[in-house]
Amino acid sequence: MPHRSFLFFILPSAIAMILFIALPIGSVLVQSLFVEHGQILHEVETCSPFGGCTTETRVDAEATNALRAAQPLGRFNGLGTYLNRNHLATGEIAAFWSASGSWGQFWSRVSQLPFYRALGFTIAYTLVVTPCGIALGFWIALAVNRIPKVLKGPVIFVSLLPMIITPLIGSLVLYWMLNSRGILGRALQWIADDPTLSIGSSGPLTWAVLFLYGIWIAAPFSFVVFYAGLQTVPQDTLESAMIDGASRWERVRFVVIPHLVPLATFVALVQLMDNFRVLEPIVGFNAQARATSLSFIIFNDLKAENGQLFGSAAATSMMTILFVVILLMPVLIRTWRDFSRKPA
Amino acid sequence: MTRLSRISAAALLALAPAAALAECGIEGDGSVRVLANDFNALDLVMERVNSCAGDGVTVSVNQTEEHKNLQVPALSINPAEYTVAVIANNSLPPLLNAGLARPLDDLVAEYGDQLTDQQLIRIDGKIMAVAFMVNGQHLFIRQDIFDEAGIEEMPATWEEVLEDAQIIRDAGLIEYPLVSSYAPGWELAEEFINMYSAEGGQFFAPGSAEPAVNSPEGIAALEMMKAMTEFMDPDYLTIGSLEGSKMWGAGEAAIGQLWASQAGPLIDTEGDYPEVAAETVLIAAPSVADKGIPGAALFWDGFSIAQNISDEDAAASFQAMMYGIAPELAQEEPTGASWMIEGYEPTANAVGIVANLEGGVAYPTTPFMDLMHSALGTELVDYFQGNESAEQALEGVEAAYTAAAQERGFLN
Repeated sequence: MPHRSFLFFILPSAIAMILFIALPIGSVLVQSLFVEHGQILHEVETCSPFGGCTTETRVDAEATNALRAAQPLGRFNGLGTYLNRNHLATGEIAAFWSASGSWGQFWSRVSQLPFYRALGFTIAYTLVVTPCGIALGFWIALAVNRIPKVLKGPVIFVSLLPMIITPLIGSLVLYWMLNSRGILGRALQWIADDPTLSIGSSGPLTWAVLFLYGIWIAAPFSFVVFYAGLQTVPQDTLESAMIDGASRWERVRFVVIPHLVPLATFVALVQLMDNFRVLEPIVGFNAQARATSLSFIIFNDLKAENGQLFGSAAATSMMTILFVVILLMPVLIRTWRDFSRKPA
Repeated sequence: MTRLSRISAAALLALAPAAALAECGIEGDGSVRVLANDFNALDLVMERVNSCAGDGVTVSVNQTEEHKNLQVPALSINPAEYTVAVIANNSLPPLLNAGLARPLDDLVAEYGDQLTDQQLIRIDGKIMAVAFMVNGQHLFIRQDIFDEAGIEEMPATWEEVLEDAQIIRDAGLIEYPLVSSYAPGWELAEEFINMYSAEGGQFFAPGSAEPAVNSPEGIAALEMMKAMTEFMDPDYLTIGSLEGSKMWGAGEAAIGQLWASQAGPLIDTEGDYPEVAAETVLIAAPSVADKGIPGAALFWDGFSIAQNISDEDAAASFQAMMYGIAPELAQEEPTGASWMIEGYEPTANAVGIVANLEGGVAYPTTPFMDLMHSALGTELVDYFQGNESAEQALEGVEAAYTAAAQERGFLN
């Protein structure tokens, strides 16, 4: 394709990408470098039903609004928000380092910092859920491919259910069932013969449930893609493998999997990004005591109830993007290599 | 009345605007758009406000628990999305900080004859909000379980609550007799604020935005809360006030620290929980040791009118709200809430909160309190999980608050 026509070909999507992806990210980046103007405070008399009239500190809304109108972006803060205690906490880490005697002590202090605690869970979730979700999806695809035609429709419907249900609703339903008064929670207590067993009160169990939920909800996407891919596996190769005496497992291992690898790369890319942005199950399972994620911190910062910290939310968003890029690096490098090898 | 029947009643009223109009008597035209929290007592007010819809006056009500997240963005635009924000003392400062509420002096003078001076919230000499009910947490006691355990005196301090809980457990009646709302976030922070108020602690250094919770009172408050968790369901870190009141209704607890606004259904012997309701007794929130301050911050619920709306809409909205909180409400629904409305006589459901008014401390309304509340909500969790000492947790709160306050421009 000549360069000119290629340019026109991609122009609409390029414009859309600049408008809806690049520009917003740019504005978030700018936002993350600024903090609000100093609030102008004054003492005024306040009368309320309890305690009568007292002198209280209030924001001088007029003066503060005037300041804001003059410079809407706020004060330039450089990387201050990135490095403060609620994010990378460089100062605190340096202090912990000099104060802690051992690595264990140091790590336990660092893991109490909100950003690192969230990062720990986010990475663990991504690394566990992505491969397991892909494997489960692949297994379902193989199974569905083998079952008789009459059963296919219903089985596909059931396997797609996790994708059809809104994630928040799905996690709420499971939360109620797994609650120590729910049907699954009670069943677990009965199986373990421990009436005090409860998922909400145990960190490892909460993580395990969130992981299982993640795998459940991630599997249908891999299943759909792999199932489509399975229809394109060359029957000749499969048959010749059968004639050579390959078992079913060997056919899957040496014929089907190599054929589906490019698809697996694509699925891994999408799933890594999705899983790194985990949010709904934490909200749905009421699990913020045991597990928080980077997206959860952003969500929390943007809640107006907490005074909407736009700079904080922007800084965490930028770091999330950075981590996603780092995570995707191996997959991207691989794709690039495949791409540059092909023409040769 | 169940919510369903209330909604149907509201729907019916909406179908018959002409009949309702005369009753409401709004002068002039305008649009009334209300943003409110979602609990039973406010349903009663909103039902009346809804009935004001008629020719020239349109009414829409959005009742949601997310109201605190919506109000600032929704009132910042011009014209504002809502004309009335139903607020409490903790949700008024964000509106004041941004100058989104209008002074009500003229409207009160013209249409507010029914209001008592106690209902008017004056800031810098101007009326910025009108309060109509008192809220706060207090103790719920199961009389039958106390009788069975042989406890004769009602607990007046948290120390006594712990003793009573131990007696109930030892008697084999309930393994986890205590219920409270310790879900991380807003509710856990609220419980700390209650206990810290009872200890007589200060949240900020006087006259500044510098945090002061890392204090002996703070540590004592956390230690008392931790001692209480011994007697709570092991899932306590996932239980909020909604779940808590359901657990109470299901008879799973004998001592509960819950909201006054939740009391109505829980003591209604013809409601959802007749057996538990008959045995539920309401008393003041306990104090700590001999300090004598009830361990529950006091709240008022009221409303403000948006700044960014036409004067016409503001007048219609104010009149609709006046009809909503008219003295007839307190007479028709005396058990609906602890009204601050003229002519209201406290009933059985208000006993607990009225007892709190004696010596109780109001929830702090400094402009940076929301940042402190949110820092408490996220940073105290580690202490309850045993990952941090009380002092480390409070250091964490101060550090998290400081970082947020610097970003918002309250601290340098």
